[in-house]
Amino acid sequence: MARVIVLAGTRKGCFLLESDVDRREWSVRGPFCEGWPVYHAVHDAETDTIYAAAASEWHGAGVWRSADRGETWELSSEGLTYGADGLKLSKISGLNAAHGRVLAGAEGVGLFESRDGARTWTLMTTLDGQPGRGDWNDPSKQPPGHLGLPGLLAHPDDPDRFWAVVQGYGIFETTDDGASWAPRNRGLRAEWPLDDPEVGYCVHKLVMAPDKTRLYQQNHCGVHRSDDAGQSWTEITEGLPSDFGFAAVAHPHDRDSFYVIPLDAGHGRTMPDGRAAVWRTRDAGASWQRLDRGLPERDAYIGVLREGLATDGLDVPGMYFGTSTGQVFASADEGDSWTEIAGYLPGVASIEVAVVD
Amino acid sequence: MAAVHLPPTLPPLFPGLPRQLEVEATSVDDAIERLNENWPGLRDRLCEPGPVLRPHINVFVDRERAALDTAIGAGSRVDVIAAISGG
Repeated sequence: MARVIVLAGTRKGCFLLESDVDRREWSVRGPFCEGWPVYHAVHDAETDTIYAAAASEWHGAGVWRSADRGETWELSSEGLTYGADGLKLSKISGLNAAHGRVLAGAEGVGLFESRDGARTWTLMTTLDGQPGRGDWNDPSKQPPGHLGLPGLLAHPDDPDRFWAVVQGYGIFETTDDGASWAPRNRGLRAEWPLDDPEVGYCVHKLVMAPDKTRLYQQNHCGVHRSDDAGQSWTEITEGLPSDFGFAAVAHPHDRDSFYVIPLDAGHGRTMPDGRAAVWRTRDAGASWQRLDRGLPERDAYIGVLREGLATDGLDVPGMYFGTSTGQVFASADEGDSWTEIAGYLPGVASIEVAVVD
Repeated sequence: MAAVHLPPTLPPLFPGLPRQLEVEATSVDDAIERLNENWPGLRDRLCEPGPVLRPHINVFVDRERAALDTAIGAGSRVDVIAAISGG
Protein backbone atom coordinates (compact mmCIF):
# COMPACT_ATOMS: atom_id res chain seq x y z
CA MET A 1 0.00 0.00 0.00
CA ALA A 2 1.36 3.39 -0.94
CA ARG A 3 2.69 5.61 1.80
CA VAL A 4 3.42 9.31 2.00
CA ILE A 5 6.69 10.38 3.60
CA VAL A 6 7.26 14.03 4.42
CA LEU A 7 10.97 14.84 4.67
CA ALA A 8 11.62 17.67 7.11
CA GLY A 9 15.10 19.17 7.11
CA THR A 10 15.58 20.99 10.41
CA ARG A 11 18.17 22.83 12.45
CA LYS A 12 18.76 19.60 14.36
CA GLY A 13 18.66 16.86 11.80
CA CYS A 14 16.25 15.29 9.34
CA PHE A 15 12.85 13.93 10.38
CA LEU A 16 10.49 11.68 8.43
CA LEU A 17 6.72 12.01 8.89
CA GLU A 18 4.75 9.09 7.52
CA SER A 19 1.15 8.29 6.71
CA ASP A 20 -0.88 6.17 4.36
CA VAL A 21 -2.37 7.96 1.38
CA ASP A 22 -5.44 8.98 3.41
CA ARG A 23 -3.04 11.39 5.11
CA ARG A 24 -4.97 11.49 8.40
CA GLU A 25 -2.70 9.66 10.86
CA TRP A 26 0.96 10.60 10.98
CA SER A 27 4.00 9.20 12.76
CA VAL A 28 7.34 10.92 13.22
CA ARG A 29 10.78 9.32 13.00
CA GLY A 30 14.09 11.04 13.71
CA PRO A 31 16.18 12.97 14.27
CA PHE A 32 18.52 11.58 11.63
CA CYS A 33 21.86 12.83 10.33
CA GLU A 34 23.29 12.99 13.86
CA GLY A 35 21.41 16.19 14.52
CA TRP A 36 23.41 18.16 11.96
CA PRO A 37 21.62 21.22 10.61
CA VAL A 38 19.89 20.03 7.42
CA TYR A 39 19.23 22.69 4.81
CA HIS A 40 17.46 20.57 2.24
CA ALA A 41 16.39 16.94 2.24
CA VAL A 42 15.06 15.40 -0.98
CA HIS A 43 13.84 12.02 -2.19
CA ASP A 44 15.01 10.52 -5.47
CA ALA A 45 12.04 8.56 -6.78
CA GLU A 46 14.19 6.74 -9.35
CA THR A 47 16.31 5.07 -6.68
CA ASP A 48 14.10 5.48 -3.59
CA THR A 49 16.99 7.22 -1.87
CA ILE A 50 16.89 10.18 0.51
CA TYR A 51 19.59 12.85 0.33
CA ALA A 52 20.07 15.50 2.99
CA ALA A 53 22.37 18.50 2.60
CA ALA A 54 23.86 19.36 5.95
CA ALA A 55 26.63 21.39 7.52
CA SER A 56 28.10 20.88 10.98
CA GLU A 57 29.79 23.82 12.65
CA TRP A 58 32.52 21.43 13.72
CA HIS A 59 32.81 18.94 10.91
CA GLY A 60 31.93 20.87 7.76
CA ALA A 61 29.46 20.36 4.95
CA GLY A 62 28.33 17.13 3.36
CA VAL A 63 25.41 15.20 1.99
CA TRP A 64 23.80 12.37 3.94
CA ARG A 65 22.09 9.55 2.06
CA SER A 66 19.73 6.81 3.09
CA ALA A 67 18.75 4.04 0.70
CA ASP A 68 16.40 2.38 3.20
CA ARG A 69 14.00 5.22 4.00
CA GLY A 70 15.89 6.44 7.00
CA GLU A 71 16.89 3.20 8.69
CA THR A 72 20.59 3.79 8.00
CA TRP A 73 22.49 6.86 6.84
CA GLU A 74 25.92 7.56 5.39
CA LEU A 75 27.68 10.88 5.01
CA SER A 76 30.04 11.92 2.24
CA SER A 77 31.71 15.12 1.17
CA GLU A 78 34.24 13.54 -1.18
CA GLY A 79 34.78 16.03 -3.97
CA LEU A 80 32.66 18.76 -2.37
CA THR A 81 35.47 21.27 -2.36
CA TYR A 82 36.85 24.15 -4.39
CA GLY A 83 40.38 23.19 -3.36
CA ALA A 84 42.92 25.07 -1.28
CA ASP A 85 43.11 28.02 -3.65
CA GLY A 86 39.44 28.22 -4.56
CA LEU A 87 36.24 29.43 -3.01
CA LYS A 88 35.33 28.49 0.53
CA LEU A 89 32.54 25.95 0.63
CA SER A 90 30.58 26.61 3.81
CA LYS A 91 27.44 24.63 3.09
CA ILE A 92 25.33 22.87 0.53
CA SER A 93 22.26 25.03 0.14
CA GLY A 94 20.06 23.03 -2.21
CA LEU A 95 19.74 19.59 -3.77
CA ASN A 96 18.01 18.19 -6.81
CA ALA A 97 17.82 14.53 -7.77
CA ALA A 98 16.76 13.73 -11.34
CA HIS A 99 17.86 11.89 -14.45
CA GLY A 100 20.24 9.58 -12.60
CA ARG A 101 22.24 12.20 -10.81
CA VAL A 102 22.18 14.49 -7.81
CA LEU A 103 22.92 18.19 -8.16
CA ALA A 104 24.13 20.21 -5.19
CA GLY A 105 24.19 24.00 -5.04
CA ALA A 106 26.82 25.40 -2.73
CA GLU A 107 27.80 28.48 -0.78
CA GLY A 108 30.15 30.05 -2.17
CA VAL A 109 28.40 29.87 -5.46
CA GLY A 110 28.99 26.65 -7.30
CA LEU A 111 27.23 23.59 -8.60
CA PHE A 112 28.38 20.03 -7.96
CA GLU A 113 27.06 16.81 -9.43
CA SER A 114 27.16 13.21 -8.30
CA ARG A 115 26.44 10.25 -10.53
CA ASP A 116 27.01 7.61 -7.88
CA GLY A 117 24.28 8.40 -5.43
CA ALA A 118 26.07 11.19 -3.54
CA ARG A 119 29.09 9.07 -2.67
CA THR A 120 31.46 11.26 -4.69
CA TRP A 121 31.03 14.69 -6.23
CA THR A 122 32.48 16.67 -9.11
CA LEU A 123 32.45 20.44 -9.46
CA MET A 124 30.29 21.25 -12.49
CA THR A 125 30.54 25.05 -12.60
CA THR A 126 31.08 28.23 -10.67
CA LEU A 127 29.23 30.14 -13.41
CA ASP A 128 32.38 31.93 -14.48
CA GLY A 129 31.78 34.70 -16.98
CA GLN A 130 28.16 35.24 -16.01
CA PRO A 131 27.07 38.78 -15.09
CA GLY A 132 27.48 39.27 -11.36
CA ARG A 133 30.09 36.53 -11.02
CA GLY A 134 32.71 39.02 -9.88
CA ASP A 135 30.64 40.15 -6.91
CA TRP A 136 28.43 37.38 -5.67
CA ASN A 137 31.06 35.63 -3.58
CA ASP A 138 32.23 38.87 -1.99
CA PRO A 139 30.89 39.09 1.58
CA SER A 140 31.25 42.87 1.52
CA LYS A 141 28.64 42.99 -1.25
CA GLN A 142 26.26 40.44 0.22
CA PRO A 143 24.80 40.35 3.73
CA PRO A 144 25.90 37.48 5.99
CA GLY A 145 24.18 34.24 5.15
CA HIS A 146 23.12 35.60 1.80
CA LEU A 147 25.58 33.83 -0.44
CA GLY A 148 25.21 30.73 -2.46
CA LEU A 149 23.27 28.79 -4.99
CA PRO A 150 20.25 27.43 -3.14
CA GLY A 151 17.75 26.92 -5.94
CA LEU A 152 17.87 24.12 -8.48
CA LEU A 153 15.09 23.22 -10.88
CA ALA A 154 15.56 20.31 -13.27
CA HIS A 155 13.55 19.99 -16.45
CA PRO A 156 11.52 16.81 -16.03
CA ASP A 157 12.22 15.51 -19.55
CA ASP A 158 15.51 17.03 -20.66
CA PRO A 159 18.49 16.07 -18.48
CA ASP A 160 20.67 18.74 -20.08
CA ARG A 161 18.32 21.54 -19.14
CA PHE A 162 18.00 23.04 -15.68
CA TRP A 163 17.81 26.32 -13.84
CA ALA A 164 19.98 27.54 -10.96
CA VAL A 165 19.23 30.45 -8.65
CA VAL A 166 22.11 32.51 -7.31
CA GLN A 167 21.02 34.34 -4.20
CA GLY A 168 20.56 38.04 -4.79
CA TYR A 169 21.44 37.75 -8.49
CA GLY A 170 18.74 35.68 -10.08
CA ILE A 171 18.05 32.74 -12.34
CA PHE A 172 20.50 31.18 -14.78
CA GLU A 173 19.47 28.52 -17.30
CA THR A 174 21.55 25.90 -19.02
CA THR A 175 20.34 23.79 -21.94
CA ASP A 176 23.63 21.97 -22.50
CA ASP A 177 24.24 20.35 -19.14
CA GLY A 178 26.09 23.26 -17.63
CA ALA A 179 28.46 24.02 -20.51
CA SER A 180 26.85 27.43 -21.04
CA TRP A 181 24.40 29.56 -19.10
CA ALA A 182 22.10 32.52 -19.63
CA PRO A 183 20.37 34.79 -17.13
CA ARG A 184 16.54 34.51 -17.12
CA ASN A 185 15.34 37.52 -15.17
CA ARG A 186 13.67 39.83 -17.69
CA GLY A 187 10.59 41.49 -16.30
CA LEU A 188 11.49 40.98 -12.66
CA ARG A 189 11.46 43.86 -10.21
CA ALA A 190 14.20 45.07 -7.88
CA GLU A 191 13.88 47.78 -5.24
CA TRP A 192 17.55 48.66 -5.42
CA PRO A 193 19.89 49.98 -8.11
CA LEU A 194 21.18 47.45 -10.61
CA ASP A 195 24.61 47.47 -12.21
CA ASP A 196 23.38 45.18 -14.96
CA PRO A 197 19.69 44.88 -15.92
CA GLU A 198 20.13 41.14 -16.52
CA VAL A 199 20.97 40.31 -12.90
CA GLY A 200 20.55 41.59 -9.36
CA TYR A 201 17.13 40.07 -8.63
CA CYS A 202 16.40 38.28 -5.41
CA VAL A 203 14.66 35.08 -6.47
CA HIS A 204 13.60 33.15 -3.40
CA LYS A 205 11.91 30.11 -4.92
CA LEU A 206 11.46 28.94 -8.52
CA VAL A 207 8.96 26.22 -9.45
CA MET A 208 7.53 24.69 -12.63
CA ALA A 209 3.89 24.12 -13.55
CA PRO A 210 2.86 20.66 -14.78
CA ASP A 211 2.79 21.84 -18.41
CA LYS A 212 6.61 22.00 -18.14
CA THR A 213 6.65 25.43 -19.74
CA ARG A 214 5.15 27.80 -17.21
CA LEU A 215 7.31 28.84 -14.27
CA TYR A 216 6.35 30.67 -11.11
CA GLN A 217 8.51 32.34 -8.52
CA GLN A 218 8.35 33.99 -5.13
CA ASN A 219 10.79 36.85 -5.23
CA HIS A 220 11.97 39.26 -2.54
CA CYS A 221 10.00 41.77 -4.63
CA GLY A 222 6.75 40.13 -5.57
CA VAL A 223 5.36 36.97 -7.08
CA HIS A 224 5.92 36.39 -10.78
CA ARG A 225 4.85 34.08 -13.61
CA SER A 226 6.61 33.14 -16.82
CA ASP A 227 4.72 31.51 -19.69
CA ASP A 228 7.85 30.98 -21.76
CA ALA A 229 10.05 28.95 -19.42
CA GLY A 230 11.73 31.95 -17.88
CA GLN A 231 12.44 34.02 -20.98
CA SER A 232 10.20 36.78 -19.60
CA TRP A 233 8.35 37.39 -16.35
CA THR A 234 5.05 39.05 -15.39
CA GLU A 235 4.30 40.15 -11.86
CA ILE A 236 1.19 38.60 -10.27
CA THR A 237 1.46 39.99 -6.74
CA GLU A 238 -1.80 41.98 -6.74
CA GLY A 239 -4.29 40.50 -4.30
CA LEU A 240 -1.70 39.15 -1.87
CA PRO A 241 -1.20 40.75 1.57
CA SER A 242 2.55 41.14 1.04
CA ASP A 243 4.91 41.02 -1.89
CA PHE A 244 7.46 39.22 0.27
CA GLY A 245 7.83 35.54 1.07
CA PHE A 246 10.14 32.64 0.56
CA ALA A 247 8.19 29.47 -0.14
CA ALA A 248 6.20 28.55 -3.24
CA VAL A 249 4.83 25.45 -4.89
CA ALA A 250 3.02 24.74 -8.13
CA HIS A 251 -0.06 22.55 -8.24
CA PRO A 252 1.06 19.19 -9.63
CA HIS A 253 -1.85 18.83 -12.11
CA ASP A 254 -3.20 22.30 -12.89
CA ARG A 255 -0.94 24.81 -14.60
CA ASP A 256 -3.02 27.74 -13.37
CA SER A 257 -2.83 26.83 -9.66
CA PHE A 258 0.07 27.98 -7.55
CA TYR A 259 0.68 28.53 -3.82
CA VAL A 260 2.73 31.00 -1.78
CA ILE A 261 3.05 31.95 1.88
CA PRO A 262 3.30 35.75 2.13
CA LEU A 263 5.36 37.12 5.01
CA ASP A 264 6.00 40.53 6.48
CA ALA A 265 8.99 41.94 4.65
CA GLY A 266 10.73 43.55 7.64
CA HIS A 267 13.01 41.94 10.14
CA GLY A 268 10.33 39.63 11.44
CA ARG A 269 9.54 37.84 8.21
CA THR A 270 6.60 36.05 9.78
CA MET A 271 3.00 35.65 8.65
CA PRO A 272 1.16 39.01 8.60
CA ASP A 273 -0.77 39.97 11.75
CA GLY A 274 0.14 36.68 13.45
CA ARG A 275 -2.49 34.87 11.38
CA ALA A 276 -1.23 31.86 9.48
CA ALA A 277 -2.28 31.35 5.89
CA VAL A 278 -1.29 29.86 2.59
CA TRP A 279 -2.48 31.71 -0.51
CA ARG A 280 -3.56 30.02 -3.71
CA THR A 281 -4.33 31.23 -7.18
CA ARG A 282 -6.40 29.08 -9.53
CA ASP A 283 -6.18 31.49 -12.44
CA ALA A 284 -2.43 31.92 -12.89
CA GLY A 285 -2.25 34.89 -10.56
CA ALA A 286 -5.26 36.95 -11.68
CA SER A 287 -6.79 36.43 -8.23
CA TRP A 288 -5.75 34.92 -4.91
CA GLN A 289 -7.56 32.94 -2.23
CA ARG A 290 -6.56 32.90 1.44
CA LEU A 291 -6.38 29.34 2.81
CA ASP A 292 -6.42 29.28 6.61
CA ARG A 293 -8.92 26.66 7.75
CA GLY A 294 -7.24 24.73 10.55
CA LEU A 295 -4.28 27.09 10.82
CA PRO A 296 -3.60 29.25 13.92
CA GLU A 297 -5.33 32.58 13.49
CA ARG A 298 -3.92 34.53 16.41
CA ASP A 299 -0.47 35.05 17.91
CA ALA A 300 1.08 32.87 15.22
CA TYR A 301 4.27 34.69 14.34
CA ILE A 302 5.70 31.91 12.25
CA GLY A 303 7.95 31.93 9.24
CA VAL A 304 8.42 29.52 6.37
CA LEU A 305 11.69 29.35 4.45
CA ARG A 306 12.29 28.89 0.72
CA GLU A 307 12.11 25.11 0.70
CA GLY A 308 9.39 24.97 3.33
CA LEU A 309 6.32 24.28 1.14
CA ALA A 310 5.74 21.16 -0.95
CA THR A 311 3.12 18.89 -2.51
CA ASP A 312 2.81 15.12 -2.62
CA GLY A 313 1.57 15.08 -6.22
CA LEU A 314 -1.30 12.65 -5.53
CA ASP A 315 -4.52 12.86 -7.56
CA VAL A 316 -6.05 15.10 -4.92
CA PRO A 317 -2.76 16.68 -4.01
CA GLY A 318 -1.67 17.15 -0.44
CA MET A 319 0.16 20.31 0.56
CA TYR A 320 2.66 20.59 3.38
CA PHE A 321 4.62 23.37 5.01
CA GLY A 322 7.14 23.50 7.83
CA THR A 323 7.81 26.51 10.00
CA SER A 324 10.84 28.14 11.48
CA THR A 325 9.32 27.34 14.89
CA GLY A 326 9.08 23.60 14.27
CA GLN A 327 5.51 22.91 13.21
CA VAL A 328 4.56 20.95 10.13
CA PHE A 329 1.07 21.50 8.71
CA ALA A 330 -0.57 19.26 6.12
CA SER A 331 -3.57 19.56 3.85
CA ALA A 332 -5.08 16.53 2.11
CA ASP A 333 -7.46 18.67 0.04
CA GLU A 334 -5.28 20.95 -2.05
CA GLY A 335 -4.89 23.48 0.73
CA ASP A 336 -8.57 23.99 1.59
CA SER A 337 -8.03 22.79 5.18
CA TRP A 338 -4.97 22.10 7.30
CA THR A 339 -3.88 19.92 10.22
CA GLU A 340 -0.77 20.18 12.35
CA ILE A 341 1.08 16.88 11.91
CA ALA A 342 4.14 17.77 14.02
CA GLY A 343 4.30 20.48 16.63
CA TYR A 344 7.66 20.46 18.31
CA LEU A 345 10.37 19.78 15.77
CA PRO A 346 13.46 21.98 15.58
CA GLY A 347 13.10 24.89 13.20
CA VAL A 348 12.24 23.57 9.75
CA ALA A 349 14.38 24.58 6.77
CA SER A 350 12.89 22.29 4.13
CA ILE A 351 9.89 20.12 3.33
CA GLU A 352 9.80 17.61 0.50
CA VAL A 353 7.37 14.74 -0.02
CA ALA A 354 7.84 11.21 -1.29
CA VAL A 355 5.07 8.79 -2.25
CA VAL A 356 6.39 5.24 -2.02
CA ASP A 357 4.97 1.73 -2.33
CA MET B 1 52.40 4.85 19.45
CA ALA B 2 50.41 7.96 20.32
CA ALA B 3 47.17 7.85 22.21
CA VAL B 4 44.52 9.72 20.21
CA HIS B 5 41.36 10.91 21.94
CA LEU B 6 38.50 11.93 19.63
CA PRO B 7 35.40 14.07 20.23
CA PRO B 8 32.07 12.28 20.75
CA THR B 9 30.69 13.77 17.53
CA LEU B 10 33.02 11.69 15.34
CA PRO B 11 32.34 7.99 16.10
CA PRO B 12 28.67 8.16 15.01
CA LEU B 13 29.89 9.15 11.54
CA PHE B 14 32.28 6.22 11.10
CA PRO B 15 31.21 2.70 12.06
CA GLY B 16 33.75 1.06 14.35
CA LEU B 17 35.64 4.24 15.17
CA PRO B 18 36.38 4.33 18.93
CA ARG B 19 36.73 7.45 21.05
CA GLN B 20 40.29 6.50 21.97
CA LEU B 21 42.87 4.57 19.97
CA GLU B 22 46.59 4.08 19.48
CA VAL B 23 48.15 5.46 16.28
CA GLU B 24 51.67 5.18 14.88
CA ALA B 25 52.37 8.68 13.56
CA THR B 26 55.02 11.39 13.50
CA SER B 27 52.76 14.45 13.28
CA VAL B 28 49.15 15.46 13.74
CA ASP B 29 48.67 15.40 9.98
CA ASP B 30 50.19 11.93 9.86
CA ALA B 31 47.90 10.72 12.64
CA ILE B 32 44.84 12.02 10.79
CA GLU B 33 46.04 10.29 7.63
CA ARG B 34 46.38 6.97 9.48
CA LEU B 35 42.82 7.37 10.77
CA ASN B 36 41.57 8.35 7.33
CA GLU B 37 43.04 5.15 5.88
CA ASN B 38 40.83 3.09 8.16
CA TRP B 39 37.82 5.39 8.14
CA PRO B 40 37.72 7.11 4.74
CA GLY B 41 36.35 10.62 4.91
CA LEU B 42 37.50 11.28 8.47
CA ARG B 43 40.09 13.80 7.28
CA ASP B 44 37.34 15.96 5.79
CA ARG B 45 35.58 16.11 9.11
CA LEU B 46 38.67 17.55 10.84
CA CYS B 47 40.41 19.50 8.07
CA GLU B 48 39.46 21.91 5.32
CA PRO B 49 41.34 22.76 2.14
CA GLY B 50 44.88 23.95 2.75
CA PRO B 51 44.93 21.62 4.48
CA VAL B 52 44.34 23.23 7.85
CA LEU B 53 42.32 22.18 10.85
CA ARG B 54 38.69 23.24 10.70
CA PRO B 55 37.99 26.48 12.63
CA HIS B 56 36.09 24.75 15.42
CA ILE B 57 38.37 21.74 15.74
CA ASN B 58 41.20 22.05 18.24
CA VAL B 59 44.09 19.63 18.65
CA PHE B 60 46.37 19.41 21.64
CA VAL B 61 49.55 17.32 21.75
CA ASP B 62 50.66 16.60 25.29
CA ARG B 63 48.35 19.40 26.44
CA GLU B 64 49.90 21.99 24.10
CA ARG B 65 47.87 23.60 21.32
CA ALA B 66 48.86 21.95 18.05
CA ALA B 67 48.57 22.37 14.28
CA LEU B 68 48.75 19.80 11.52
CA ASP B 69 52.54 19.98 11.40
CA THR B 70 53.04 19.54 15.13
CA ALA B 71 55.28 16.56 15.85
CA ILE B 72 54.04 13.60 17.80
CA GLY B 73 56.43 11.59 19.93
CA ALA B 74 56.19 7.99 21.02
CA GLY B 75 53.82 7.93 23.94
CA SER B 76 52.28 11.32 23.14
CA ARG B 77 48.69 12.04 23.98
CA VAL B 78 46.72 13.72 21.18
CA ASP B 79 43.40 15.30 22.12
CA VAL B 80 41.04 16.29 19.30
CA ILE B 81 38.40 18.59 20.75
CA ALA B 82 35.36 20.12 19.10
CA ALA B 83 34.81 23.71 20.20
CA ILE B 84 32.35 24.40 22.98
CA SER B 85 29.72 26.02 20.81
CA GLY B 86 26.20 25.59 19.53
CA GLY B 87 22.77 25.77 21.05
